[in-house]
Amino acid sequence: MSTNESKDTNNNRRQFLGAAVATAAVTLAPGVKVIGLAQAKPLDQPVSDKNRWGLLIDSNKCSSGCSSCVDACATENGIEKIHGPETDPQWIRKVTVRHKESGKESSLPLMCQHCENPPCVDVCPTGASFRREDGIVLVDRHTCIGCRYCMMACPYKARSFVHEELTNQVEYVPRGKGCVESCTLCVQRIDEVNGPRDPACVEACAGENHNAIIFGDLNDKYSDISQEMRSYQTRQLRADLDLNTGVRYRGV
Amino acid sequence: MIGDQSMSKFLTILATLTVLLIGSTVSAGTPKPLPNLDDVKGDKCVAPKDVIRVEHKYYLLHQRDETMRKGIRTKEHSLKNCINCHIVKGDNGKPVTIKDDRHFCKSCHTYASVQIDCFQCHASKPSPRPAAVEK
Amino acid sequence: MSKVNYTSLEANSKGFYGLMGILIAVILAGLGAAYYMEHNGHWVTGMNNQIVWGTPHVFAIFLIVAASGALNVASIGTVFGKAIYKPLGRMSSLLAISLLIGGLMVLVLDLGRPDRLIEAMTLYNFKSIFAWNIILYNGFIAITVVYIWFMMEKKMNKYYKAAGFVAFIWRLILTTGTGSIFGFLVARSAYDAAIMAPLFIALSFSLGMACFILFLMATYKWSDKELGDAVINRLKNVLGIFVAAVFYFVLAYHLTNLYATQHHGFERFILAGPSGHTPLFWVGQMLIGTAAPLLIFYTKLGQSRTWIAIGAALVIIGGFAQLVTIIIGGQAYPMPIFPDMDVISSSFGDAAAYFTYTPSLPEIVLGFGGVAIAIIIFVFGCAVLRFLPTSLADNVADPHHKAESRA
Repeated sequence: MSTNESKDTNNNRRQFLGAAVATAAVTLAPGVKVIGLAQAKPLDQPVSDKNRWGLLIDSNKCSSGCSSCVDACATENGIEKIHGPETDPQWIRKVTVRHKESGKESSLPLMCQHCENPPCVDVCPTGASFRREDGIVLVDRHTCIGCRYCMMACPYKARSFVHEELTNQVEYVPRGKGCVESCTLCVQRIDEVNGPRDPACVEACAGENHNAIIFGDLNDKYSDISQEMRSYQTRQLRADLDLNTGVRYRGV
Repeated sequence: MIGDQSMSKFLTILATLTVLLIGSTVSAGTPKPLPNLDDVKGDKCVAPKDVIRVEHKYYLLHQRDETMRKGIRTKEHSLKNCINCHIVKGDNGKPVTIKDDRHFCKSCHTYASVQIDCFQCHASKPSPRPAAVEK
Repeated sequence: MSKVNYTSLEANSKGFYGLMGILIAVILAGLGAAYYMEHNGHWVTGMNNQIVWGTPHVFAIFLIVAASGALNVASIGTVFGKAIYKPLGRMSSLLAISLLIGGLMVLVLDLGRPDRLIEAMTLYNFKSIFAWNIILYNGFIAITVVYIWFMMEKKMNKYYKAAGFVAFIWRLILTTGTGSIFGFLVARSAYDAAIMAPLFIALSFSLGMACFILFLMATYKWSDKELGDAVINRLKNVLGIFVAAVFYFVLAYHLTNLYATQHHGFERFILAGPSGHTPLFWVGQMLIGTAAPLLIFYTKLGQSRTWIAIGAALVIIGGFAQLVTIIIGGQAYPMPIFPDMDVISSSFGDAAAYFTYTPSLPEIVLGFGGVAIAIIIFVFGCAVLRFLPTSLADNVADPHHKAESRA
């Protein structure tokens, strides 16, 4: 594939993509699920609002002692433990809640909820916080000035500030001191040439056989996530704020 | 009120200090070594040398917004592509990072006295993905 | 009332150079603190991912709010035509600019990427109240400079009323903007309240006036100029009204919250909680910042210069406590992500009853650096241009003085 790719110029991109999609099924590692090869977007095409990527988290399947999703996120995105939990970034965290009346306990991962109307994007003075056409809320670190107003605005405390100089960034997740960051829904996986691949947390959860997180296209009514959401009652966190989150919960 | 005389004296001192400061930065330091332009993986760059030398910043800036905002991930003008090609091996045979003066970007930017902050966030050496799918 | 003559500050005394030396030392320390914070990253400060805005923001917002309020003296003279305030217009405008620049410096130097100031100045997201504030702050400086110019330049004198009117409207919008930084945060119990805007306007009136009184007294004492009781008593009485106005808005804010069940938790946290915010509210804001100054201003104590100065200082201390309560107390109370549930455990501290914050030395030094910048600009301005009325003795400043003495 890599030799194919070096020939990938404007002239033969389409042919190449066809070949890439055809070979992808063969080269896939076992257990790695690709979300619909049909949705593979040519690399030179912008993302569009035809898709809206989201997660459905089933807290009934989530194990309270398990933190595989958190660990996988750290590995995938190069997040290291540095100066302690108060200042280290946490794109995803495990939370255990207990219902005030019934006492029912639920365990769940909490991350950026990828709102349709994100308060962080509203308040960002430079427009560095933005929502991509396909629903992913990101921080453009090129224009983030580190004012942290988005962290004040986010209803989920989903954002972290990078409190120190970083040196071990991974190639496909640039991040650095003085900027705010949060879950990107593993955008580097979503933009892959073979079509969107499950975010690291989803993959890790499946790897534990918990399958508590489903990733998919909320706009595609045949996607797993849409079908689940039609079959079962789900909820948004802070539904009162009417933000139409891309991340939904079951059993909370 | 500060008298006109003392004001002009103050301004003269300020001007002298400024000139001295600028002069010292220009003349300071030993002549810089010529940049290292030879360590390249492939046989040719995405653009002719004299073009890329002038234009690379515009290519990168354009690509930056395309990728960041629109998810366009073409490789030709991506920073990753530069890094993956212009590898400088260190004494241990592994690619050096921006901390090493021999690093491709750094050697030239030091020579030209142009500060860049790309590598405060971006990785300055190739780091192949652990996962199998994308290559 | 006789014609007012203006003069500049004598800038050749030992005291002047001594003051300048101290201020420059504090400013350098502040810059050093900012460099230390930026070089190491913000982990060396008391701020973290829970308390994202800390001491620098308290100082910055204090100075910015006081700046717009400091212009009030000029506005009362120009817009409302009160003669006794007119001689103070130049000083009031200079103080406003000085305080604003000091505040902005602190705000900018605390950014994660202060090197990207150019982005903040060129890229605007107009849905962000913060972006609007950047325009409002810059505009405020520009308008006030023009206002000063029109007051000082005889040829432009006929336009100064218009400039003063624009400056007055602008400053009201500016403080509305500053208050709305908190008012527009929908997610947090402490904020998301439209009353933040008028509360901040009232707060700016009181803090600005308190600063103005102290600056006026200090300047006139150290430059041996006459400052009559008429001016000081008038300013003191007005300050008392402003302090009462702030109290009114604070009362309305807390009563509204106390009525709504969903805000009971937050109100309990501030008014009767286990953290330091409770004593800060009752002792700092209510006792020191509200009750004590009102008592001083409206009793016999109010006839003494020293007590008036103490009263103004108490207003400033109380205002500081109030901003700590608003900015840090508001963040210290956890957000209701799961309103009908208790968070039992979380790696990100969601289970905490409240978040604690301990300011670090560099943050405090940076804050005082901003204060020193404000003072040095004011003093330097007074030294190079004629901002100060030669005398503010009662027979000069008070329009009713002669009439009273005849009667």
